[in-house]
Parts: sequence; structure tokens; C-alpha cells
Amino acid sequence: MKLFKSAVCAVALAAFATSASARDLVMNANTSDPAQKLAMENLIAEFEAAYPEIDVKFNLYDHEAFKVAMRNFLVSDAPDLITWNAGNRMKVFVDLGLFEDVSDVWEAEGLYEKMPAVVGASSVDGKQYGVPYAYYAWGFYYRKDLFEQAGITETPTTWEEFKAVGEQLNAAGITPVTIGTKNLWPAAGWFDFLNLRVNGVEFHAELMDGKVAYTDPRVRAVFEKWGELVEADFYIENHPAYSFQEALPFMNQGNAAMYLLAPFIVSMFPEDVRAQVEWFPFPIIDSDVGIYEDAPTDSFHIPVNAKNKEDARLFLAFAAQADVQTRTAATLDMLPPNVNASVKDDRFAQGGFAQLSKADGIMQFFDRDTDPALAKVAMQGFQEFLQNPDRLDRILEQIEAERARIYGAL
Amino acid sequence: MADLPMMPAQRTRMTTSFFRKHKLLLMPLAFIAPAFAMFSLFVIYPIIQSIGLSFTQWQGIGPKTWVGLNNYRMLFNDAVFWTSLMNNVYWLVLFLLAPVFGLFVALFLNQTVFGIRLVKSLFFFPFVVSQIVVGIIFAWFYDPAFGLLATVLEPIGLDMPPILSDETLATFGIILAGLWPQTAYCMILYLTGLNSVNPEVIEAARLDGAKGWQLLVKIVLPQLRAATFIALVVTIIGALRSFDLVAVMTEGGPYNSSNVLAYYMYDNAIFRYRMGYASSIATVLFLIMNVYIVWFLMRLWNNEKGTR
Repeated sequence: MKLFKSAVCAVALAAFATSASARDLVMNANTSDPAQKLAMENLIAEFEAAYPEIDVKFNLYDHEAFKVAMRNFLVSDAPDLITWNAGNRMKVFVDLGLFEDVSDVWEAEGLYEKMPAVVGASSVDGKQYGVPYAYYAWGFYYRKDLFEQAGITETPTTWEEFKAVGEQLNAAGITPVTIGTKNLWPAAGWFDFLNLRVNGVEFHAELMDGKVAYTDPRVRAVFEKWGELVEADFYIENHPAYSFQEALPFMNQGNAAMYLLAPFIVSMFPEDVRAQVEWFPFPIIDSDVGIYEDAPTDSFHIPVNAKNKEDARLFLAFAAQADVQTRTAATLDMLPPNVNASVKDDRFAQGGFAQLSKADGIMQFFDRDTDPALAKVAMQGFQEFLQNPDRLDRILEQIEAERARIYGAL
Repeated sequence: MADLPMMPAQRTRMTTSFFRKHKLLLMPLAFIAPAFAMFSLFVIYPIIQSIGLSFTQWQGIGPKTWVGLNNYRMLFNDAVFWTSLMNNVYWLVLFLLAPVFGLFVALFLNQTVFGIRLVKSLFFFPFVVSQIVVGIIFAWFYDPAFGLLATVLEPIGLDMPPILSDETLATFGIILAGLWPQTAYCMILYLTGLNSVNPEVIEAARLDGAKGWQLLVKIVLPQLRAATFIALVVTIIGALRSFDLVAVMTEGGPYNSSNVLAYYMYDNAIFRYRMGYASSIATVLFLIMNVYIVWFLMRLWNNEKGTR
């Protein structure tokens, strides 16, 4: 229904747009969370103030509805600009010839020097197909007061410390970790970090590209570590019943202490809880393995079938400016990719920024880095593993069968 | 159409006489034609197109590749497909409780007491509410930590089973949610049916000594045959297209244990971009429905023959 409504709105707006003045810029976005919506509206207002002759038509979609609608409008009635994600998700559409090569914007604005961290994620075969406006770090959001209540004075930096923290919390009657796996992807964050910490970024990238079997002993080693947490009752009960937002009340009510998630959760904490929430990065498991992080990147892209590509390029250049990125990222509680922009002065943004600056390598995120069908099957497997660790063999075989179907036998 | 006025006069006369001769055949065809055209365009053509797609591998955009029966081969080896099919069977069987419950609620409400209209409309209420809302409300009921049922059961010392996150219970939890509006629908069908039950026949039966159960089964139910038929039709259709409740309450989870064919098809098409595979699921679902559609059409056919 929502999809239908937004589709109707989009069509109506598009029809309206063509009848209005020539310098209309139609933008379809998936930034439907409150903070995202506000950031995008502010950005558009600033752009319109800088270019009064251009009128931006902004169509907002729900995240999931956008994924569906996108495949229609990119082919049939393309807007001039869209929001999407860098990395493999972008490459899918580049390979289909639906995203415009915007290397000229990168060149003209000198973005290679200004946004070095996101060049790789924005490129396919050395050409750039989008301009990132924000990226963010994943990590543990935890309640300091609950940690103190359990007698924990320092945040864990190693695997042993992390397990000890969980033990102390459990002893104090607090579930260490809340998670909502109805959405599936929150479990994938755990897999990403465990694999990056145990096997490193090269192996992880190979796994995401389907070049390694899921039945590989190195993948098993990851699940062994993960199983230790499941055995030690780290996770809240019945997490498959909760979406990622629905798992938050456990933390708000003081029943759970930590949540491995991204900055978009910050604005969802109630005021009084947020005052108690702090951040720490995923602990080190093997000190021989470097620090590798997930840093999903959100970006603007121009569809190949766009009508007003010239003004869309103006928008890309505008959105890449340091001061604009500073403000956009601050509203989003995220990080600006432009090195000349400043990171919001709060503990979450600063903590994430410090961690990513230390990182030896960066990935996007499980369901952004690998094939969507494989991601779905694998994430269902992660969910099943968290509920039934004894089924690991069968789960890995299932994921491997899907990998083999998509990427071929090894 | 455009060249009609250009036709020579004799031709027109000829067609007129042709038309007169075959009036009984042509008139119905002319009346059916517009509906048939729309039906072909919006129902039959998509069905054929979808069956065609099931032999291809396609992302939804970009090139299609012909893969023959490959999708079906994969489908029959797919454990999730069999789970979904089994769940569809559960839906079909358990959903048939709706006409039964509906009948009893209707019999109960079929009284002339003050305020019964209000009670009737309250019973009908769940059918008016969107399925999505029903799903969300039931998911809240079932919530094992903060839900209504858990809150009620806790003081008694009972533990709320985690219905929607338990692989064996999830499907039944959703079916129960589905039965609520479906019962209301069947109830309203039976209520209208009960209005047309002939009171003289019932009186006659009473005089002959029929009572209670016997009266219901032998006298009332046969007169409700039309209502029962419609109730069965809408219930079976409802069970086979069960989608919204699954989508809202579990998204087919935990790990596909509550999936049904319709949702698995949607999931494959929309989130995994496997249009061909999704079409093969659609085709299987279509074939299953055909069994029932044929039964339905044959019944209609026989009924028509009877009335002639």
C-alpha cells in the first residue's frame, strides 16, 4: 500500500515536474528515518538557496519500498538524482548500465584528494558512479550505568575481556546484548566483525565475492567464536520476534546492556537513556589480525535515463563540499567523507571517526558486499545459528549451496 | 471501426441479415467482449507472461536467459519450498475452521434482543480492519516480553511461549490471527443466510419432533447451502493467498519456518531479484489453485444445468 501510494505520488510529482519550469531537479530518496529526512530536507533547502533558479522535487520512499520501486523507475521514468549505497549495491546497477559515470564531477571538484576513504567504494573499473554524502562506523552502544551496576569499570578491548564483561552482566541479572533478528541484518553485523577480527579483510572480501566456500574451516572458526557467546547467554531471548527497533526497549528498560549497531540508533534512544549511552569498538580477537571495520557508505547517483543531468551534477558537486558535508553528517549522526569537513562534536561520531581512522581496511556491510540472494539465505542461517548452534553443519551447507548456485562450484 | 461508414450499402444489408440469423449467438458474445478483452489483458496475459518467465533467469531488469526447466528443478530441491507448501496445507485445513466458527457465532447472534445490531457489528469489526492492522495487533499480543498475553500470564506464574520466534508455533500463531477476521466474514455470510431460512419449514420440523442438533443438521444447514458454498470459496481463497499476515508478523521467519508460497514468491522476486524463480513458484501456486477452481466451476456448471 505504502509502495502504491509512493508510486502514485512519484508519478504525480513527475507529471507535475515536466509541466513546470525547465530547471526542475527530481530526486528520489530512501532517507525515510526522521534524522535522515531532516538532513535531506536541509541539504535541499541549502542547494535551492545557492541555486535559486533550480527547483528540487523531492520524493521520499520507505527503505524497502525504495528497493522495489527503484528497479521500475530507473528503467521507465528515471528521476535526476537518487540516494543509494556505494560498493556492491551500486555495482549491480552500474553493470546493468543504469548509473551515470560521474568521474567528471570527481575530477572537477578534486574529490579524489578530498574523499580518499570512499574512492574505492564509489568506483567500478576505475570510474566513479556516485558521490558519497555520509558514511558511518559500526560498534557497541552500551549503557554506562548498567556496566557500573555490574561492577565493570572499563570497556573490553579483547575477546577475553568481552566475554568477562558478559559474565559479569549476566551475574548482575542483565542480559549482555540486545538484538532484533526479525530484520535479519543485525545478525550479519556480528558475522562481519567476527570474520574481520578472526580472518582479516582479505578473506572476508573473498568470501563476499563468493570465492571461498562457507564450509571452509576458517568460516567454521568464526562460528566457533560466535557459539561461545551463544553458549554464555549473551543474547536476549526470542530475538527473531523483534525488529531492530523493537529490540531497543530491552536496553531502554535496563534489561540489556549493549547493542552492536550503527549511528542511526542514536536518535532512537529516549533522552534520559541516551545520556547514559556510550560507544566502544568491536574488541580484538586475534592481535595478529589488523583492525578492519564495516563502514557503510551512503551516496547520490545519477540514473543514466535522467532528464536533467546537468543540474544533477551541480547538486553532486554541492553535496560534496566540506561545509555542506559537515552539516549533513552532523544531522545524520554520521561521518562526512570529505576530509576538510569536521566531524560532529559528540562521543558517538568522534568515537566512530577515531576507530575508522585507525582501521587498516574497510568493508561496506554483509548485505551490501555480497549477492542479495546469498545475503538473504546466509542471514537466515545466522539467525538459525543464534537459536540453534547445534545445527551449524546443516546451516553452512545450505549457505554453501546458495553460494555455489550463484558463483559456481569451486 | 473507423472504416465502418465507408462500407457499401449491400454489404451492410448482408451483415444485418447475418446478424439477424445468428442473433442468439452474437448478442451474448458482444456483451461478453468488453469484459473478455479486459480480462485477457489484465489476467490471462499476465498469467501466460508469468509462466513464460518461469523458464528464464531474470533480475527484473537487464537481459533474460532461457534456462528451461531449471527453475523447477531447483524448486523441487528447495527445502524452503516444501516448508512453504506444507504451511499452505496447514493454512488451508485450519482456515476451514472459520466457516464452522462463523456458523456458530451467527446462530448465537441470530436473536431478536435489544442492542443485537450493535453486537453484530462489533463481531463484524475485525473484517473491516485491514489485515496489516490485524497482524500488527496480534504480533503485539504475542510479544513474549512486553505483550498483552505475557503481561496477563505472568502474574499467574505462566510463561508465555515465544509464538512468533518459535519455528514450530509461528505458522499457527499467524493462522490464529487470520481466523479472527475470516470468522467474522463467514459469520456475516451465515447471518444473511439465516434471514432467508423458511420459518415454516422449521416449524414443521419441530412439529415432527426434530430438536437441537438434528434440527440444525437436517433442516437449517441444507437451507444454508448457498451461504456455506460462498463461505468455503472465500475461505479457501483467503488461505491460499495468505500473504499480508505472514509479511507483517514474521516475514516468513524464523528462518523460513512460517513461510508460505505467496510470500516466498514475493521474497524471491523483490528482495533476491530472482524473477524467474519467483515465477516458477507463482506457476506452482497457480496450478494448485486450478484444482480448486475447476471444482468450483464444475459445481457452478452443474448448478446451472439444474436450474435450466
